[in-house]
Amino acid sequence: MYNQKVLDAFANPKNVGVIENADGEGTVGNATCGDIMKITLKIVDDVIVDAKFQTFGCAAAIATSSTATQMVIGMTVEEALKVTNAKVVEELEGLPPQKIHCSVLAEEAIKKAIEDYRGKKNNTPVDKSKVDFV
Amino acid sequence: MKIYIDHAATTPCDKQVVEAMIPYFTDAFGNADSQHFFGRETAKAVADARQSIAQNIGCKPNELYFTASGTESDNWALKGVALRRKSKGNHVIVSCIEHHAVLSSAQWLEKQGFKVTYLPVDSQGIVQPAELEKVIDDQTILVSVMYVNNEVGTIQPIAELAQIAHKHGAVFHSDCVQAMPYINVDVNQLGADLVSFSAHKFYGPKGVGALYIKNGLKIDKLVCGGGQERSQRGGTSNTPAIVGMAKALEIAKAEMQQNNQHIQVLCNHFVERVEKEIPFVRYNGNKQRCVPSIANFSFEFVEGEGILMLMDFNGIAVSSGSACSSGSLDPSHVLLAMGVPIEVSHGSIRFSFGKHNTMEEVDYTVDKLKETIARLREMSPLFNAKTGGTYNV
Repeated sequence: MYNQKVLDAFANPKNVGVIENADGEGTVGNATCGDIMKITLKIVDDVIVDAKFQTFGCAAAIATSSTATQMVIGMTVEEALKVTNAKVVEELEGLPPQKIHCSVLAEEAIKKAIEDYRGKKNNTPVDKSKVDFV
Repeated sequence: MKIYIDHAATTPCDKQVVEAMIPYFTDAFGNADSQHFFGRETAKAVADARQSIAQNIGCKPNELYFTASGTESDNWALKGVALRRKSKGNHVIVSCIEHHAVLSSAQWLEKQGFKVTYLPVDSQGIVQPAELEKVIDDQTILVSVMYVNNEVGTIQPIAELAQIAHKHGAVFHSDCVQAMPYINVDVNQLGADLVSFSAHKFYGPKGVGALYIKNGLKIDKLVCGGGQERSQRGGTSNTPAIVGMAKALEIAKAEMQQNNQHIQVLCNHFVERVEKEIPFVRYNGNKQRCVPSIANFSFEFVEGEGILMLMDFNGIAVSSGSACSSGSLDPSHVLLAMGVPIEVSHGSIRFSFGKHNTMEEVDYTVDKLKETIARLREMSPLFNAKTGGTYNV
């Protein structure tokens, strides 16, 4: 049901892990739905120089996490905010219809990490605890 | 290396079964309803197969009806009984861990105006007869409970449940699809009025099943057509498949003890190693009351589809109870009914062993499973939040 590109991204995911002292961190999803994605960003002068992820979820969730982190590295935060789930799916050359929601999670995690970065920059930390760790 | 550990999904057709079937595709191809020699030849083959299966399950040949699948048998049993008996009441009871063939038929009956009660199970996946006593009433016309659950392998107390149903004047059906080839299914010992079977679960061909209907019990038809199956189920007899089903059951009976012993040793070894070598696992089911072939585990902090796919990359075929693989997003209804927390149920895998598996295959599977789980946990924020990313805490 998955195309070869998705299978490869799942089998050999890039950027797995957590950046220590990250400039931005975003965690979205919840365990009950079966998907949690955590993305951390290293940002220098508004440019994303590194991105890492941890994901609890199906193969599509892992593949989209990996692909989304690869896409945003090297982008300015403004450019990264324009990385929609449709673009992540396009990069993977398509996902089965019931898996499209996984790509939404990747978009949301990046947006949340950038919000976190901007919040920190303006000295107003945002709430990072919106995940049910069970 | 290719390792098949998904025998609850389907089994390979036994070579002796295939050999028994082959003549009925080409030489003895007649329509069993034809009056000429070609027809008489296949009619005899169907009659012999019916006789053999009937003998093996303890019924009379005229109580056995061939169908195209276990699913058709279940559909026919539920719809046929309920529609025929609606003047006697409108209440149907099924367990909440039934196969979708029964559950979807029950939902269809609800749409036709029947009231359906779904019996709960205990935390180990067994229906308690006291629960049936609580909900059965004088409007109950049908009770349906499976003999062996297809996801966790638990054996249900069918004889007791059938007795309660009969005490209240209800008909009792049991989906016995997963019981064969591990349990000697005898319809008299079970006390069921209707029993469903499917050949491909016991090393027979796909596309053939059977429904036992106790003599004297009248049910409505599901498949209308010609006069086949004593005018109760239309459609030209699938002679090769029917012959194959009979042969498969004969072999299953003859090999049962030996195969069960072999499979039990493999499955016990598998369960012991998994429980010892992989932390944060949960065995789903009841180790004392289950078929020897099935072990269902939940691996915390990871999701089942990822496990299935990485195992598949390693050449090992298993089944995910997780929703993600089946297209629906809900996790297994069986595990949820047993009270497995929803986030844990997402990481569940069914391992079902068969007579051709070897100890080497089991050990290789555990080795690869350990790697797979560790790899997915390394990626899991839940695992990292719980353990700091390592087992050694």
